[in-house]
Amino acid sequence: MTDLAVHAARVGKVFPTKTGEVVALTHVDLEVSAGEFVSLIGPSGCGKSTLLRLIADLDQATTGTLEIFGKPAKRARIDQDYGIAFQQAGLLPWRTVGANIGLPLELHGAGKADRTARIAELAELVGLSDFVDRYPDQLSGGMQQRVAIARALAARPKLLLMDEPFGALDEMTRERLQSELTRIAAETSAAVVFVTHSIPEAVFLSDRVVVMSPRPGRITDVIETGLGEVRDEALRESPEFFEKVTAVREALHGAPVTRASES
Amino acid sequence: MRPIGWSARRQGELRGWIAAGWGALGVLAVLALWELYKFLGPSEGFVVGAVPGESGSGVMLLPRTHDRAMPHVWDMAARLFAPTSGGDTPPLWVSVAGAALVTLGIAAVGWLIGVAVGALLGLVMQRWRLLEWGLLPWIVVSQIVPLIAFAPVVNAIGNQIDRGGGTWPQWLSVAVIASYLAFFPVAIGVLRGLASPDRIHLDLMNSYAAGYWPTLLRLRLPAAVPHLLPALRLAAANAVLGAVVAEVSIGMRGGIGRMLIQLAGQASSDPAAPWGPTFGSIALGLIAAGSVALIGLGLANYRRGEATA
Repeated sequence: MTDLAVHAARVGKVFPTKTGEVVALTHVDLEVSAGEFVSLIGPSGCGKSTLLRLIADLDQATTGTLEIFGKPAKRARIDQDYGIAFQQAGLLPWRTVGANIGLPLELHGAGKADRTARIAELAELVGLSDFVDRYPDQLSGGMQQRVAIARALAARPKLLLMDEPFGALDEMTRERLQSELTRIAAETSAAVVFVTHSIPEAVFLSDRVVVMSPRPGRITDVIETGLGEVRDEALRESPEFFEKVTAVREALHGAPVTRASES
Repeated sequence: MRPIGWSARRQGELRGWIAAGWGALGVLAVLALWELYKFLGPSEGFVVGAVPGESGSGVMLLPRTHDRAMPHVWDMAARLFAPTSGGDTPPLWVSVAGAALVTLGIAAVGWLIGVAVGALLGLVMQRWRLLEWGLLPWIVVSQIVPLIAFAPVVNAIGNQIDRGGGTWPQWLSVAVIASYLAFFPVAIGVLRGLASPDRIHLDLMNSYAAGYWPTLLRLRLPAAVPHLLPALRLAAANAVLGAVVAEVSIGMRGGIGRMLIQLAGQASSDPAAPWGPTFGSIALGLIAAGSVALIGLGLANYRRGEATA
């Protein structure tokens, strides 16, 4: 076991299509330390979701090497080294909140008593203790997404992979869940790879923001936020925060952004 | 978010009663239409191009309405309580119920065989794409073969087995023929149902390193329930239909199909009689489909939709 949660070297991904090959990712070098929060940001088609799926071993890299905690991605998937959450909560509608959270535990043969205890703990962590016996269709979108996060954390992974998990939520719910996520990430000391297309979201959450660019998908810049451990509402109003938002925006546009009034 | 708990259930109950009301209204409308036409229509029907002196010539545009062709609805009902074939034979409805039970039992066996075969076919077709390509066209073609052509073949094979030392009662042939109609919707329903989970759910199971069987048990089967219930109900109706037709075409005694043919043969002297077994077989289909619907009650949780954010 190394200190690196994710180690990608010269990773590339090519999708064969009817009209020829599409290069989704090329020459991706990325290291994510244990406990680090890293966001992947970029326009559609930059391969950020593809990169996440490669790390999750839901797709396989065409070239390069990809190691999760020093193991091949496939091994890491089988060992349940990561938990994953998608843009849709993806809860099983016929299972209660508790049974949804406990699904990964059930699949890996955890005993009923252990499971019940762990489910209660996780429901507490995401603030859904009173909803354990409800069904997903009785929850709001934000609550469903919290269940999905609890489920991703069920097997105590040291790496959390999130693909625009708050993308479908309204702004207020989104900001609340962002704050909660920073708290949860700190409490579980899991590394997080977080895909988003929101600049403030990436800056608010991350230790490092990885900026990507399309055709072909590649990493163009990495920005350290240096915003420290505490991520609260005051941070959203602070000059350092805006400074980093501007830095990420400029990196995304590939040049300093000229203000509308100056042009 | 839609209302939860009792209010949703209450709404469901209300919808159920409204549906039942419409159903009853539909039946009444059919009865009223029957009597209306009988009242208004020409007694000997309306025939064009008939050659005088030649019976049955010409094209009948409007059917006859006299009592032998179209008995009154209340006569059909009254006939149910008259002796089956005169004298002190039991009332017609008792004979109909007895025959219907025989057919129901056979149809149930046919349904079970059909469901087992259909489920197995659906399962292997979903598991191996190649089998879907190979099997599905044949499954579809199988339903084009007319039952009355296929029934005697099954019967002949059954008889050979029976004579050759094995035991193959005639009702088993009927059940096999019924299963031939019943397996089709199940095979299709299982195939579609097992393939219905969203990509995200399959990715999730994959991320848990769950293999084929855990995925089948915890994801594909539960997700298939909404596809499966209508398929099972259709299979039940098909099994009844198949059993009735098979009884007629291989001449098995005791069931409602045979009774239907027998009484229809006497219709000129006893026109209301064949309506007894006709109502019997309608009731049979409803009972069969209805008892399958009961299965759905226990599976209500598998029919929940996930509300989108």
